[in-house]
Amino acid sequence: MSEALSVHPEIVTTHDVHHDEHGGGHHKETFISKYIFSMDHKTIGKQFLITGIIWAIVGGLFSVLFRLQLGYPGQSFPILETFFGHWAKGGQIQPEFYYALVTMHGTVLVFFVLTAGLSGTFANILIPLQIGARDMASPMLNMLSYWFFFLASVIMMSSLFIQTGPASGGWTIYPPLSALGQASDGSKLGMDLWLVSMAMFIVSSLLGGLNYISTILNMRTKGMSMTRMPLTIWAMFFTAVLGVLSFPVLLSGAILLLFDRNLGTSFFLSDIVVNGEVLPNEGGSAILFQHLFWFLGHPEVYIILLPAMGMVSEIMSVNSRKPIFGYMAMLGSLFAIAILAFLVWAHHMFVTGLNPFLGSIFVLLTLLIAVPSAIKVFNWLTTLWRGNIRFTPAMLFAIGFVSLFISGGLTGIFLGNSTIDIHLHDTMFVVAHFHIVMGVASFFGMFAGVYHWFPKMFGRYLNNTLGYIHFWVTMVGAYLIFWPMHYEGLAGMPRRYLDKSGWVSFNQFGDLDKMITVVSIIVFAVQLMFVFNFFYSIFKGRKVTTQNPWGANTLEWTTPIRPGHGNWVGEIPEVHRWPYDYGKDGRDFIPQTEPIGANESKH
Amino acid sequence: MDIVTDQQRKKLHPHKFTLWVAIASILMMFAGLTSAFIVKSNQANWQGVEEMPKFFWYSTVAILLSSLAIQMALRAFRQREMGKYRSLIATTLVLGVLFIVFQWLGFGELWDQQITFKGAGGGQFLYVIFGLHALHVLGGIVALIVMFIKAFFGKTKTYSSVPVEVAATYWHFVDGLWIYLLVFFLIIG
Repeated sequence: MSEALSVHPEIVTTHDVHHDEHGGGHHKETFISKYIFSMDHKTIGKQFLITGIIWAIVGGLFSVLFRLQLGYPGQSFPILETFFGHWAKGGQIQPEFYYALVTMHGTVLVFFVLTAGLSGTFANILIPLQIGARDMASPMLNMLSYWFFFLASVIMMSSLFIQTGPASGGWTIYPPLSALGQASDGSKLGMDLWLVSMAMFIVSSLLGGLNYISTILNMRTKGMSMTRMPLTIWAMFFTAVLGVLSFPVLLSGAILLLFDRNLGTSFFLSDIVVNGEVLPNEGGSAILFQHLFWFLGHPEVYIILLPAMGMVSEIMSVNSRKPIFGYMAMLGSLFAIAILAFLVWAHHMFVTGLNPFLGSIFVLLTLLIAVPSAIKVFNWLTTLWRGNIRFTPAMLFAIGFVSLFISGGLTGIFLGNSTIDIHLHDTMFVVAHFHIVMGVASFFGMFAGVYHWFPKMFGRYLNNTLGYIHFWVTMVGAYLIFWPMHYEGLAGMPRRYLDKSGWVSFNQFGDLDKMITVVSIIVFAVQLMFVFNFFYSIFKGRKVTTQNPWGANTLEWTTPIRPGHGNWVGEIPEVHRWPYDYGKDGRDFIPQTEPIGANESKH
Repeated sequence: MDIVTDQQRKKLHPHKFTLWVAIASILMMFAGLTSAFIVKSNQANWQGVEEMPKFFWYSTVAILLSSLAIQMALRAFRQREMGKYRSLIATTLVLGVLFIVFQWLGFGELWDQQITFKGAGGGQFLYVIFGLHALHVLGGIVALIVMFIKAFFGKTKTYSSVPVEVAATYWHFVDGLWIYLLVFFLIIG
């Protein structure tokens, strides 16, 4: 019965020819169809995860390199010249190299790691498993989504190795700098590769997003009403909606920029003199690009953060052995954040000459985000309150997420005010704010997800001891790195500058910057330890012996320990209740598949 | 069991649903471009397109006819009149290609009016916006070619009309989008 509801016969016959005996997962698979051009959502998720990990190592390494410059300006590190040649002449990071590193660090981590690596991984793995579907609505598009991402990765990676270097105008690629090759080396071929790679990336995330939305709305198993879905799925749903509606706008901005760069139009260019040469471009507006960019750019922040929020909610409830506090409030606040995400983009542009009246509206809308955010924080804390907390590594990362979200969110209130922003914009305060609230917090959500669902992905556990070391060093390190940056920013220290030693007033921060650099190297080393733990545990980790190792209610734990393509053997289970019946009527947990008992109390 | 299948029928097929979300996504891209156009057209020294090339009218006729053809093809498919279906799909395909050719000629006509890529006025926006629309039509043409090959050389019999419906809906969408863009340029450009 439930089969008839969730698997559409037409898809099975037209797209998954090998699905004739669907459910069994015994169809013939070659190495290529199983691990490379796979249409299984679980394999695609793992592909996203591993590609994301590789990118995270690259992007993280870049930050260590430019932290060397920031912590030890003028110091020579001969080993850098060995590796990077003329980019680090005399062992010193050259200005062009520094800007390339900063730009690529941002691009790689925002898009390739925290967008594709985070929602690509967990939306793929969790959506079909948690809503009770055999696969995505269109496994074919899903596979294409990964391979477009792979293509984008190859192009972006190749731009690191060309003569003039990768794009280096900041991850926001504001024209005119990014539009004019004669303005900087990084605006030559590297910039074109950046734009083409991002176009591929946008196609990838659109294909993925389409699939996530239609899978969630159309392929739920019998009894899985929208309000019985785990919060992870709700978060992935809003993430996908945000992506599908905002990425196309970035694409239009990128296309106009490509025209300006290569075909001589002046959409973003006007009245420019470069190196004494007067350019003929007239009539363009650089601010127009900022509008187009931030109309994506701000929702992008929530595309990064919402999946982490969803996973943290789920993991926190499971490991507190308590229902999530305020399920409907959690859902409503996700919805509110998704709506507000589209209405606040101009708070990135307060000092561009924006009309102050318009600015005040954006201030109001921006500060409104504090309301749903506060609701979520309150609900996480009340979920923990008097819970039977199991401090697994996943749970620690989930709690760490809440801590970071609070401390990073509070500084957002400062920055959201257009008046205070006059002082704080483009200072280290901004860097501290968004790294804590969006960067590290989302990474914590991602780590929590990896530790929690690793047993489902690979049938083995990650090493716990390494997990605890990973958590504590990263947690303490994140605060040691980013907390002091607030002070630097309040004092007016600008971000993105190569060398600030020219300002006497910033000399007091010299030792602080050294400390930040040393800590970031330690934290980076600990992430490498996590990567070791990840790959080692795939092959040698402790084996999972029970179907439901965490005692969780959701559907993914009713599948076999190592599920095949199709996820469930036999019929897809039917759902009878919401996913958060923990510690109810004297029982530790009641899976979603269990029918409501005669004398059961309401939740 | 009957209840379940009834529920099943009421639900939109996932592929059709995916298409509607994709349409929303494509619309956002054109919304981004056309709102950029509106913002720019209110600024000083704006140069609009004075005279719409006549080929754009021919292409309008071509795409409207092709929409009609694919709708009739869908009906023929549903009534299992496969001969009629094949010829109508071929007609749609030809009209689609014709549309692209007319767009190309229209661009040429505009170029001859000295409206090139130089500048940042209505003409430059027109190249970008109409060009991107043409790319979406080309995507539809690729899908039509696949259907064409299946209809003429396919070995297996398919009874599901979903692929044809998806293609037809997309085709009507690019048709409607073209009418919107043309009217947009006629009024604001």
